[in-house]
Amino acid sequence: MEKVTLTIDNLKVEVPKGYTILEAAKTIGTDIPTLCFLKDTNEVGACRVCLVEIEGARALQASCVHPVAEGMVIKTNTKKLRDARKATVELILSNHNRECLTCFRNKNCELQSLAEELNISEIPFEGEKIETIVDAKSDSIVRDASKCILCGRCVNVCKDVQKIGILDFTNRGYHTEVSPAFNMSMDESPCIYCGQCITNCPVAALREKEDIERVWDAIEDPEVHVVVQTAPAVRAALGEEFGLPIGTRVTGKMVASLKRLGFDRVFDTNFAADLTIMEEGHELLHRIQEGGTLPMITSCSPGWVRFAEFYYPEFIPNLSSCKSPHQMMGAIVKSYYAEKANIDPKKIFMVSIMPCTSKKTEAARPELGVDGLKDVDAVLTTRELAKMIKQARIEFMKLEDAEFDPALGEYTGAGVIFGATGGVMEAAIRTVADVLEGKDLQEIEYASVRGIEGIKEAEVTLGGNTIKIAVVHGTAMAAKVLDMIKAGEKEYHFIEIMGCSGGCVTGGGQPHVPARVKMDCDIRIERAKALYEEDTVKEYRKSHQNPLIKKLYDEYLEKPNSHKAHKLLHTHYEAREAYAVKSQEMIEGCQQAAATKDHE
Amino acid sequence: MAKDIFTEENFQKLQNVINEYKGKQGPLMPVLHEGQKIFGCLPLEVQKKISESLKVPLSEIYGVVTFYSQFSLEPQGDYVIGVCLGTACYVKNAQPIIDKISKMIDTKAGETSQDGKFTLVATRCIGACGLAPVMTINEEVYGRLKVEDVPGIMEKYL
Repeated sequence: MEKVTLTIDNLKVEVPKGYTILEAAKTIGTDIPTLCFLKDTNEVGACRVCLVEIEGARALQASCVHPVAEGMVIKTNTKKLRDARKATVELILSNHNRECLTCFRNKNCELQSLAEELNISEIPFEGEKIETIVDAKSDSIVRDASKCILCGRCVNVCKDVQKIGILDFTNRGYHTEVSPAFNMSMDESPCIYCGQCITNCPVAALREKEDIERVWDAIEDPEVHVVVQTAPAVRAALGEEFGLPIGTRVTGKMVASLKRLGFDRVFDTNFAADLTIMEEGHELLHRIQEGGTLPMITSCSPGWVRFAEFYYPEFIPNLSSCKSPHQMMGAIVKSYYAEKANIDPKKIFMVSIMPCTSKKTEAARPELGVDGLKDVDAVLTTRELAKMIKQARIEFMKLEDAEFDPALGEYTGAGVIFGATGGVMEAAIRTVADVLEGKDLQEIEYASVRGIEGIKEAEVTLGGNTIKIAVVHGTAMAAKVLDMIKAGEKEYHFIEIMGCSGGCVTGGGQPHVPARVKMDCDIRIERAKALYEEDTVKEYRKSHQNPLIKKLYDEYLEKPNSHKAHKLLHTHYEAREAYAVKSQEMIEGCQQAAATKDHE
Repeated sequence: MAKDIFTEENFQKLQNVINEYKGKQGPLMPVLHEGQKIFGCLPLEVQKKISESLKVPLSEIYGVVTFYSQFSLEPQGDYVIGVCLGTACYVKNAQPIIDKISKMIDTKAGETSQDGKFTLVATRCIGACGLAPVMTINEEVYGRLKVEDVPGIMEKYL
């Protein structure tokens, strides 16, 4: 690789050609401040916080986009720079809603940290502030433009990484705002609620719709039996909220904290993931053997399902009819478990702890319930769970590891890996292979479907047949694969699609990781490691070997895809029209949104 | 909206424009310009059609439309009156002129009159400082104005 030698703060540095000054400075341990910069996604040099002095250059330059050159002499810490960076941030703060103490991002806000690091002690610029509204109409995402600093990270994540483009800069100059088209609320736009805008926002301009109080109320009500379940990806990230390194697995402490919070039963969504594999695996076999619609595509990710409903409705028949795992869990808790534990299902309050913001909207879908009861009553993100633990003053790090409650807490390694891209596929193959071969196969790790490549393809031989599979994550990649299938360029039997890049471990409900940390570490890989590690230590690593799953079918569901299983565990989808509103309705909608105050 | 602009004929014209620019580099601006001419404005229904045809997100189109002052979201009046409030015109007393017009047509700056006849716009410098204070009515330019001149000029259009 061609190298370039330059001088940064009087130190000689040799870095590969093509590096930015920001990257070069990192190699000698100088962390130039940034704000709008988001590696690979938002490299635009817009905020002017990362300024450096280059000898011979006319003006200060944005280091995040300025490439290094041979012989360059750079200064990163001079009075001129400190003053310039400070003034820039002071100007941003002058039009920012500075209610830090009561802010959703208090203590993990990138702007707040920057103000502290730059030693800003007063805002010399006082003037008019732009008037904005809080849009809290959707079940998943709240947008508060008074906090927005116009960095554009959400715009580019949505437009380039997800290829959706719900948010963009509107109006100009002082009136510039990042918003959906026509200043619509998020729920009037064809947003899939993946929440990638939230996890990449440096401030609190975008956040999830909190539902913590409703869960506290249920816990406190002696008449209500409150059951909680945790998705696989939660255990791979929750520890970050308590200062643990990225990728630390905290399954035992997480379960212990849930018990301490007062949940009556703590179950694992992984059990339902095993159940999903049973249903989905047999659905796949059925489709292949009976000539059903292929490729079959997974339906665990509600962001992806919504994406299909809005943008690729022609693929709805390809979606597996399986409900997503946490919905299956809710349905089983309110039927099988209620019956066995002799509890009136009406008195059960089902809470799902999810790495996902789209699950909130999914749980509210009217068809996801049985006999008039919703499968899931409340969905909280990993971040919301961390808030509850902090509110309850539980010293997370001192907790002894605890086990899930036995009724529906047993799970296999196949269920755990659902949280990483490729996990559902691998789990499905483990089971389908055994069913077709009629034996307990020992080679069960399918490396070709692991990792963070956008589109992974493989051919597996199952029972003498070659099955073509693909694993896709992030909706931009999903669109690419679906377009190729439509054009007849690709053919598959089975595709796993997750709405977020990296799968659930980097879902929109996961802990915030500052952009500067994301520069050095790929959180998709680190968090996935925690799940694959748990897989290897489980006694059972194939869904159909889960003794509780066998029992559930023996005692209740009879067999996969039975009539009863269909009633409880399967669902349907509908094509949705993007921006279905008309001009007149939209004007009325805007007025309503203006009247809606954030309820928090 | 005063008159029905969402006619089949208008959408057909828009489709022709889209067909002409689709596949070329940077099709959005010319399509928006033509769309503005065809419909007199670029409301949701028109932007949606452009978004679907050009495969550009609606938010991006809306961002462009609200960025440039040549585009409007609502129908413009038959006569668009632009009164320049740039520095030169302003110091030459443009404010009383726009106030006078606003009163005569009972319409605030930035809005369209009830009958849909006039749209009053306070513009930035239009580059005719030598004629300050200056205003335009559609393509006509009126310079070196005095408040007393306004009724005489407006008479032609009222």
